[in-house]
Amino acid sequence: MWPEASRVRVFMPFPGVEVPHLCSQCQDYPCIEVCPVGALSKDEDTGAVITDREACTSCGLCIKACPGTVPYLHPKDNKAVICDLCGGEPKCVEVCTEAGYNALTIVNEGPSIHRKLYSRHPVETAKDLAVNMFGEKGEEVIE
Amino acid sequence: MTPGGYAEKWLEVDLGKDKIEEVEYSDKMLRQYFGGRGLAAKILWDKFGSKWTELDPLAPESPLMVYTGPMTGIYPGSRICVSGKSPVSMGTVGSTAATEFANEIKQAGYNGVTFVGKADKPVYLLVTDDGAELRDASHLWGLDGEKTLIKLNKEVTEEFTKRKPEVGLWKEPGMIYIGPAGENMVRNAAVLAKICHAAGYGGYGSLMGSKNLKAVVAKGRGSLPEVDAPEAAKLLWRKTHEHLISRTAMRRQGTGYAGYSVGADTSSEPIRNWQEEWHDEKSYGGPMFETRFWVKKKWADFNCTTNCMKVSCIKTGPWKGDITDMPDYELQAYCGTNFGIFDPEANIHLSALADQLGHSGINGPNTAGFAVELHQRGILKDEDFGFTPKWGDVETFDKIMRMMAYREGIGDVLAEGTYRAAHLIAKMKGMQPEELLKYAVHVKGIEIGAHGTRSDADYTHDISYAASVQGGDHTSVAVDGYSDMSGAVFTDSAVFCNFTYYGVPQSLVFDFAKAITGFDITLHNWRSETGPRIVTMQKALLLLGGPDLKWKPIKDDDNPPRFYEPLPSGPYKGKTTDREVVDTKLQAYFETLGWDERGIPTKETLKKLDLADLEKSMAKLR
Repeated sequence: MWPEASRVRVFMPFPGVEVPHLCSQCQDYPCIEVCPVGALSKDEDTGAVITDREACTSCGLCIKACPGTVPYLHPKDNKAVICDLCGGEPKCVEVCTEAGYNALTIVNEGPSIHRKLYSRHPVETAKDLAVNMFGEKGEEVIE
Repeated sequence: MTPGGYAEKWLEVDLGKDKIEEVEYSDKMLRQYFGGRGLAAKILWDKFGSKWTELDPLAPESPLMVYTGPMTGIYPGSRICVSGKSPVSMGTVGSTAATEFANEIKQAGYNGVTFVGKADKPVYLLVTDDGAELRDASHLWGLDGEKTLIKLNKEVTEEFTKRKPEVGLWKEPGMIYIGPAGENMVRNAAVLAKICHAAGYGGYGSLMGSKNLKAVVAKGRGSLPEVDAPEAAKLLWRKTHEHLISRTAMRRQGTGYAGYSVGADTSSEPIRNWQEEWHDEKSYGGPMFETRFWVKKKWADFNCTTNCMKVSCIKTGPWKGDITDMPDYELQAYCGTNFGIFDPEANIHLSALADQLGHSGINGPNTAGFAVELHQRGILKDEDFGFTPKWGDVETFDKIMRMMAYREGIGDVLAEGTYRAAHLIAKMKGMQPEELLKYAVHVKGIEIGAHGTRSDADYTHDISYAASVQGGDHTSVAVDGYSDMSGAVFTDSAVFCNFTYYGVPQSLVFDFAKAITGFDITLHNWRSETGPRIVTMQKALLLLGGPDLKWKPIKDDDNPPRFYEPLPSGPYKGKTTDREVVDTKLQAYFETLGWDERGIPTKETLKKLDLADLEKSMAKLR
């Protein structure tokens, strides 16, 4: 098990305020645009961003280009990690269904201008969630 | 080679000398003691041996151990085990808290940390993949739990980003810390995590405070350690989760519905310092907490499908902004009914206050309740408190808990824990300790968890606490010296949550333990050998005790006097703990574990369990 190498990382800047952080597939794919060596491409079937680990030079430009700073460098080989939707059969959905939570399901919404809005810094998302959960106090729990 | 499930090393930190070393323990030691509670007891014995009786638990040389176990992070329900010489029992306790700190430290490559010495100014230890370092904590000293966590999260995450910005966003670290109660060495203070999780029993918050150690913080980007049989472990992991996910009532209610039922149904809930154990206060029902205050109904720690935690928040009124968990049953009882309080909102406030001050939400409030009963009995007076304390009054208990945490007025005496406070107050008032101890609900200095024995209708009975090497600890009760060995003795040493254990067939758990470690481990050999070895080691340390407090065999292997008073109300009115049953079962318990009729391990038992080096010390006690 390797939580820090998962394509879905869950941030929790304050107890109880958890933010799953993963690629939300922007319509215009700024990460692919910025990659200087063509290591990132879009999977035509799923829309997911695919990393060519051989080609990736660990320059980190994709991290900076992402509106939510979602990609990160793998702790072992330093290559960019981005959710690839497991080729269209996401393991996270499988295990969530198997466990009986059913919190994750596969939806086919197609490209949308809203997608990019989900791509946020997890601490910013957590700050909003904290207010939603704790009211005024929520403003104070994440510095 | 390191066995499966373990990281390669442990850390040893001398806070006085600012020295950090990496250490390893032998394969044999890990097979015999596993991790957490078991390993801590063994290492303590190896370090001190017969000098144990001279060791003041709050002296610089007294070690504080913060250990994971081989199953931590891998088996569902990540927890950390805190141990050392207990400032309350003078033996050892494996005290655990749920927190991602436990898997983070393993991911960083360490199974745990042993602290000795005392730092000359407040510090915290930061553990990462690159090693460990002591950092200044002067700016955190004095802060409550919540502010400590908020500041450390920001500070440490920023530090990581500064050091290695190229890897992308740094996820927050895991941490354990103390509040003001720990800093001021309130003897039964807790080590806390995640604002409302606590390693409460044992008083290790005060041990941490005595070292000027405010927090231990860990971030590991590595993987959890490899296991011995990965395919088997994967299968067993799925099977375990299948069992856990099917526990629908536990997942929906947590223990946050029990504040009503343990009183109304089983008559075993502390009310006004255990003067009663029955109530039928429907205002205190689970739905009343859930509907108004639960802002998150499914909350779990790392790798857990039990999700028994629920986050509560008060959003309006004078206690606006108080955040805690459900509260769980123990705090619903100890920060509610035990104070004569049956109002969910007041209970959430007092639970959050206990957490933020760094009290153990069971032990600190037990002492507060004891003090108010002494006032009710006319032993403590208004002038001792500086006000008139009243049952059911939130302000009373708000004040007392603060006075204890900051050692103000009578709080300074109460900060010594219920047992020692009884002695100190007796002296103050020119009375015999027994006159006060009849109201002190503790076993071996450890205030009893919120499950009584008188109705016999709860899971706690006759010798549950009386025979336990962890005294009043409700998470580790004695049963028969065989079946209880595979309970908390195991989970506190493998180090994972009790609530991801009960409800899963034990044979499955032990198969899982074998798949992780590769040790030849079965339910039977744990119950008949490894468990008894750990408990016998703990028993020896508890019997040796010292320096200023020693428990008497048999006399102190007993319930508090209150547990022999007849229940005054409810469906179990008149019922009480059966003295004869206690005596008989205590002897049977000793016999099963190979201890003599006074509970002292025999020479043969010590030899059989590979504990022959204890013989000299035990012979003196026989």
